[in-house]
Amino acid sequence: MSKEEKKVNRRDFLFTASYTVGAVGVGAVIWPMIDQMNPDKAQQALATTEVDISSIEPGKSITVLWRGKPVFLKRRTPAEIAEARAVKMDDLPDPQKDEDRVKEGKDEWLVMLGVCTHLGCVPLKDKGDFNGWFCPCHGSHYDVSGRIRKGPAPTNMEIPKFEFVDSNTIKIG
Amino acid sequence: MSEHEYVPKSKVAKWFNDRLPLLTLGAHLTDYPTPKNLNYWWTFGGILTFCLITQIVTGIVLAMHYVAHADLAFASVEHIMRDVNYGWLIRYIHSNGASMFFLAVYIHIFRSLFYGSYKSPREVIWIIGLMIYLLMMAAAFMGYVLPWGQMSFWGATVITNLFSAIPLVGDSITTWLWGAYSVDNPTLNRFFSLHYLIPFLILGLVVLHIWALHVPGNNNPVGIDIKKPSKDTVPFHPYITIKDAFALLVFMIIFAGFVFFTPNVLGHSDNYIPANPLVTPAHIVPEWYLLPFYAILRSVPDKLGGVILMFSAIFILFVLPWLDTSKVRSAVFRPIYRQFFWILVIDVLMLGYVGAMPAEGIYLVLARVGTIYYFLHFIVVMPVVGYLEKTDPIPMSISEPVLTGGAEPSLARKVNDKV
Repeated sequence: MSKEEKKVNRRDFLFTASYTVGAVGVGAVIWPMIDQMNPDKAQQALATTEVDISSIEPGKSITVLWRGKPVFLKRRTPAEIAEARAVKMDDLPDPQKDEDRVKEGKDEWLVMLGVCTHLGCVPLKDKGDFNGWFCPCHGSHYDVSGRIRKGPAPTNMEIPKFEFVDSNTIKIG
Repeated sequence: MSEHEYVPKSKVAKWFNDRLPLLTLGAHLTDYPTPKNLNYWWTFGGILTFCLITQIVTGIVLAMHYVAHADLAFASVEHIMRDVNYGWLIRYIHSNGASMFFLAVYIHIFRSLFYGSYKSPREVIWIIGLMIYLLMMAAAFMGYVLPWGQMSFWGATVITNLFSAIPLVGDSITTWLWGAYSVDNPTLNRFFSLHYLIPFLILGLVVLHIWALHVPGNNNPVGIDIKKPSKDTVPFHPYITIKDAFALLVFMIIFAGFVFFTPNVLGHSDNYIPANPLVTPAHIVPEWYLLPFYAILRSVPDKLGGVILMFSAIFILFVLPWLDTSKVRSAVFRPIYRQFFWILVIDVLMLGYVGAMPAEGIYLVLARVGTIYYFLHFIVVMPVVGYLEKTDPIPMSISEPVLTGGAEPSLARKVNDKV
């Protein structure tokens, strides 16, 4: 046993130290090669979009591009809001109150990423079994609050970070 | 190669060959003893080599005219079609060439499945082949994105979003793949770079594939080990080269038929609409050669489950040599497995068909049945049938079925030892 222990000597220390330094060095070179594929500064610079919403009538919606993705801005009618709030939480695969998907006091404005949470297609408006959106790619149905009701999508359509700059302007991002 | 004591005739050739034995390699490839009973299903290796070279040559030429930028890519492809001399021909060869490549590779894979070419001692050939197949799918997918039409864009969106199904890090990985927050110009740029790279990786793997093949030598339709060289073998040249050349000629006629008469029949007309990130086409379908896997993906009502099952459908093939318990290679002597083989062929074709149809009603049912059978075939049928099946008697040598009682005692002993 003592003979075996003797084998751990200065040379082993040198080997271990060299491998460690070598691994750090390799990692330091590989990381930039990997990270260069992440969104660059030009992409990050597009991170906010301001939208004029003064011309949208109740019941209508517009689609704007934010970070290369469509964002749905829907001005909902009182009836649509009531419909969205009447849904029982038990009926939702991804339970979320409609109140939590809009800004307080601005309940008529639904601002959400128009991207199906399944595989990223753009759902079609006023279609599907729940009076909301329907994704043509793999058949996901969303309700008037953009919540998933039926189909392969796992979650509700995402609400991006946004704020009301003034009563007629929304800043997304 | 030790059995080839090749000595070049000229002094210069000998001088060179002593320093780099390329001529020895050439002699090995020429004399390579090949089973004399190889049928036309064995010609697809040569056909696939032709396909790869065709794709590389036409691809390099197309890259001289193509612009990998989101604002210019679509127009540059139309420029190739309308302005570049013979650009239409080169692009149609390249785009249809991808389909012909997959047609040939599927025949090649199913040939291997029927004659048990994946079995010992050829597992490494099989695995390298599957790696080539995976790279082919990656190259084809990225190539389809380059024209930046609607199908390019939304195909890229759907396929890259498969990675978002990975728990926790899925979204970061997807963003990393995109280089943006959606499929965008950085995505197109890197896809072009990788699309150019992958064929050369495939070329390297093809060299390893052939090298690994030349260690045990070719399998053959009766699937028995043969003595090499013997009366069961013929030299590769001219016997196999001429047979391969004839098959290639027939293949090229079909290829040319697509290129000149129906160049767009395998594509999708939506890809002649420039990419629009605001509108998804009503019916997204991948290229035909990916449809069976697409059907498997859609047959599962759960996102992560679908993605896992789809990738499993490919990766299960890697362990195939160890799932098949039969000692007999060729399905010619396996009456039960032979029937399951044809069920698998029909199953994959059916999955391909339903993959092109909307995922609803009867198509969804068929996709689920097809998916279940696909996995049952490899996980249950192969081990169980291989174990229980009573196989037909195997010939002593390739010559035996033709020359009555022609089995040599030396060969018989060998066959008794090991099939």
